[in-house]
Amino acid sequence: MKKFIEGSYAMAEAAKLCRPGVIAAYPITPQTHIVENLSQFIADGELDAKSVNVESEHSAASCVLGAQAAGARSFTCSSSQGLILMSEVLFCIAGMRLPVMLVCANRALSAPINIWNDHQDSIAVRDAGWIQLYAENNQEAVDLIIASHKIAEDPKVMLPAMVCVDGFILTHGMEVVDMPDQKDVDNFLPAYDPPYKLDVDNPMSFGLLGTPDVYQETRYAIQKTLEDVLGMIPEVGKEFGDKFGRDSLRLVEEYKTTDAETILVAMGSVCGTIKDVVDREREKGNKVGLLKIVSYRPFPKEVVKSALKSAKHVGIIDKDISLGSDGALYSEIKSLLPSDQKVSGFIAGLGGRDIKLNSVENIIKMAREEENSCKFVDLNKDILWDKFKTI
Amino acid sequence: MFSILAAKPKSSARNKTGSWRSTKMPRLLKKECINCGLCKFVCPEGCISGSEKNQYSVDSEYCKGCGLCAYICPKKDIEMIENKPEKSNSSEEAEKDKGVGK
Ligand code: SF4
Ligand code: SF4
Repeated sequence: MKKFIEGSYAMAEAAKLCRPGVIAAYPITPQTHIVENLSQFIADGELDAKSVNVESEHSAASCVLGAQAAGARSFTCSSSQGLILMSEVLFCIAGMRLPVMLVCANRALSAPINIWNDHQDSIAVRDAGWIQLYAENNQEAVDLIIASHKIAEDPKVMLPAMVCVDGFILTHGMEVVDMPDQKDVDNFLPAYDPPYKLDVDNPMSFGLLGTPDVYQETRYAIQKTLEDVLGMIPEVGKEFGDKFGRDSLRLVEEYKTTDAETILVAMGSVCGTIKDVVDREREKGNKVGLLKIVSYRPFPKEVVKSALKSAKHVGIIDKDISLGSDGALYSEIKSLLPSDQKVSGFIAGLGGRDIKLNSVENIIKMAREEENSCKFVDLNKDILWDKFKTI
Repeated sequence: MFSILAAKPKSSARNKTGSWRSTKMPRLLKKECINCGLCKFVCPEGCISGSEKNQYSVDSEYCKGCGLCAYICPKKDIEMIENKPEKSNSSEEAEKDKGVGK
């Protein structure tokens, strides 16, 4: 049913439709409304789940780790400092092969403290072994939450999934969202029936000591499984599409790229803005397109390579930076493309700085001119000094 | 794809961690022992057993050579000697430990 609702409400409802058994999260802006709504559903008797109040995000992650290991479908969400406080446990969850679901309401990292959106938090934990999917709008966020459970919990996969949604832009934005029916979701996503779990009748331990004799194989197994997930995303995406009529679960979306001379690459909500700019440029006769990355982990190298192969200029927009190097998407994609292809990296929208239509127009212009690896967009040079100053 | 993920109870006892022992290992002289039990109590590996005078023994498959037993013995009835290298986990044994539910 189509509803005009806040993004966080839609995501909470999507989580509820998946019938989680245990929910644990610690409040942090801009994720708070999601768990708040889930707690309300439980209090109102609409959701039969155990909500665990915890004293930190580290505990929240530990709680869902334990719950999932005990055989319960478990859900958590976080942002920014909360997500990186969880990071120790995030690696453990993936290492123990527990398909926990996490929604990351993307927010910048301190210092300086900043509650607004960029992708630095989820990028900082990209190596944890989680599936990471980025939503452009609230409909995609809802669909990805539901659809990614199916991949994560597949007995051949058993890896956690993180759906990344831009803080405030999506979480606090009101949009029309087509909410799936419970019956259809139940049909698509059967009850969680893990191939292994903690069981008093068949005791076993997870997260053991892995000596040099065995540790490397555990990493290899996750890497191989994530490579298999690359093949499963389009399959499960099609199954989801047949049932719900939307192709939200996919590796990438190619928007007017077929004949494009300049292709921009980005993730998340900024793709909506870029599509508007692409349409305007097309009206002016400029062959511009957008490659939207949905699946960042696993990273669809071959798909990205073939989508970009005939572009004369590629402009990659990162809402994150590996300080001292480049943006995450840029380094990843640059290494895939031939060295004579013009590929530029742009850092934009950090800490909630708006990426406006003309910011994107400028990026297109710059991508066509000289090649840059790490060009900051919309910098205010008035607040950059050579010496320490107070304000 | 999966690798080692979980183990049944007591599987850690199959890891013969005595292979990590330092350069020393204890030798119980079994002469002056008064059955105080301090060595057994203080051993962080729980690898000393015994309940009668001069009848204590060390399980070298787990002893780390920390020397605490020799330090605490009120009768100086334990001395630290050069470590005898133990066989580490054979690959066959490691193989047996693999896999969920084993
Ligand atoms: S040396 Fe350390 S580990 Fe070995 S028996 Fe003595 S106390 Fe235990
Ligand atoms: S500490 Fe010394 S005296 Fe006491 S039980 Fe051990 S060996 Fe015997």
